[in-house]
Amino acid sequence: MRRLNPSLIAGGVIVAVIVAMALVSFVWTPYDATLVTPSSRLLKPSWSHWFGTDKFGRDVFSQIMVGSRTTLFVGVVAVGVAAVIGVPLGILAAMVRRWPGEAIMRANDLLLAFPALLLAIMFGAVFGASTLTAMIAIGIASVPSFARVIRSGALQVMRSEYVLAARAAGRQPFPIAVRHVLPNVTSLITVQASVSFAIAVLAEAALSFLGYGTPPPTPSWGRMLQESQEFLFSAPRLAIFPGLAIAIAVLGFNLLGDGLRDRFDPKLEDRR
Amino acid sequence: MILRLIERTGVFLVSLAVSSVLVFAFMAVLPGDPARVALGVNASDEAVAELRRQFGLDRPLPTQYFDWLGGLLHGDLGTSYVSKAAIGPQVFDRLQVTLWLVVAGMVIALAIAVPAGTLMAARHRKVSGLALSAVSQVGVAVPAFLAGILLIVVFAVKLGWLPANGWTPPAQDPAMFLQQLILPALALGLVQGAVLTRYVRSAVLDVLREDYLRTARAKGLRPFQALWKHGLRNAAVPVVTVLGLQLATLLIGAVVVERVFVIPGLGSLLLDGVSNRDLLLVQDVVMVLVLAVLLVNFLVDVLYVALDPRLRTA
Repeated sequence: MRRLNPSLIAGGVIVAVIVAMALVSFVWTPYDATLVTPSSRLLKPSWSHWFGTDKFGRDVFSQIMVGSRTTLFVGVVAVGVAAVIGVPLGILAAMVRRWPGEAIMRANDLLLAFPALLLAIMFGAVFGASTLTAMIAIGIASVPSFARVIRSGALQVMRSEYVLAARAAGRQPFPIAVRHVLPNVTSLITVQASVSFAIAVLAEAALSFLGYGTPPPTPSWGRMLQESQEFLFSAPRLAIFPGLAIAIAVLGFNLLGDGLRDRFDPKLEDRR
Repeated sequence: MILRLIERTGVFLVSLAVSSVLVFAFMAVLPGDPARVALGVNASDEAVAELRRQFGLDRPLPTQYFDWLGGLLHGDLGTSYVSKAAIGPQVFDRLQVTLWLVVAGMVIALAIAVPAGTLMAARHRKVSGLALSAVSQVGVAVPAFLAGILLIVVFAVKLGWLPANGWTPPAQDPAMFLQQLILPALALGLVQGAVLTRYVRSAVLDVLREDYLRTARAKGLRPFQALWKHGLRNAAVPVVTVLGLQLATLLIGAVVVERVFVIPGLGSLLLDGVSNRDLLLVQDVVMVLVLAVLLVNFLVDVLYVALDPRLRTA
């Protein structure tokens, strides 16, 4: 029987809880997350407000719940952008050897010089700060790691006998890529998606913290942290709750990525 | 070895040239006229045309690009369209502040990662190793700006040991400089240290399985002696690669941490430039940051050769 994989279980549970919280927030939150109630400003945690209220009297727990939607939405779109560009690029670089393949990887490496945050700030400067620009910038910045990982996997597949047989049978490169290479790198795509998701959550939080991410009034964990800064001396809990949410989400996706990698490649389990 | 160095230098220079085109082109597609943006919507057409002429914005884009590039190569970063001040001295001053943060952060990260990662590898089947592993996993999940906020809450708000924010140049008041440097450097260093620890552990684990280490043990060396004498240099090669990449992350992480601690570094300059729509300033700072990332990667490549004699003949 296969040994239990603690990382996979812990990561899976954390991610499932965040997804469940986001889904529930569509139909129920304790309070309207954007409802300003001046009479209940900066309340301490209690039975009526589990995590207390912020400077506008908004319920912090409800904001955390709705904020998880923002986090997941940004993550899904950013990872989607990265995968849609990075996976074909990686497969192409593996299939087209010699200088075009080399050129793709060099261009890819060049993109590494533009980390997600820098790219997103540039996008924000040019197109204005919004969730959309943040998602696209984070996605583009994640392309190089996708392309690199998929290329190394695709190179292995290209050396396998069934691909050699398909080529000998006269199959065209595109059907080989779709029918043979892509299905055999899906495990790599899944692992990379989980790791990139964690990076996207971090980047979104940092951007919203700087004011270049999700604009108000949509709740976002990063902006909650930013707004908490003026109350660090009087109400540090306002920073603790969104901070914990960010750290737990990143931990969940990182653990999930580690667990998936172990599951797909048990040889590596000992290394981490 | 010489060939390899020439090749890496070539790659570095080409990357730099292509990046500069990308950064320039990206800022050039900006919707709206930089002169109009700088002067505001109420400025007269004549004033806008005058500013465009003054800053050479009426010339063709390729001319503007080569002019900018030529300036960069001479250390002249141009004049801000908004404040009309020279950008070079500002970037240079702010860069020094950011470098203090980055270097201090990296020193802290290494001071944590090398012993902790080695210990985790040496005890990877024991409870202490697993516990350290779990701590590093949590550390990786905490962004530097969050670590900064938590450090402020504990050490500035609750304990009152250190200032919550601010910056004093070292020449002005060394004691205050150190006090103000500790928390932001810790915020950057703790998180990077957690990331780096995992790579050190993985690299040391690989080395521990090598035959030469078994031979060293067979000769009678204690485990840590064998690791110290034969293992760490070999484990250093993959760690140095990650260190290079991490230095880039640290530089970008500093942008956000500067905001948390109200430090007048390069990150604050960039963010102020974006909010003032000071486009040339943004373009210059982005280019300086990209140059720093590329330069670090280039130096890592060169360091590789120094660390691994096998690569010298390759």
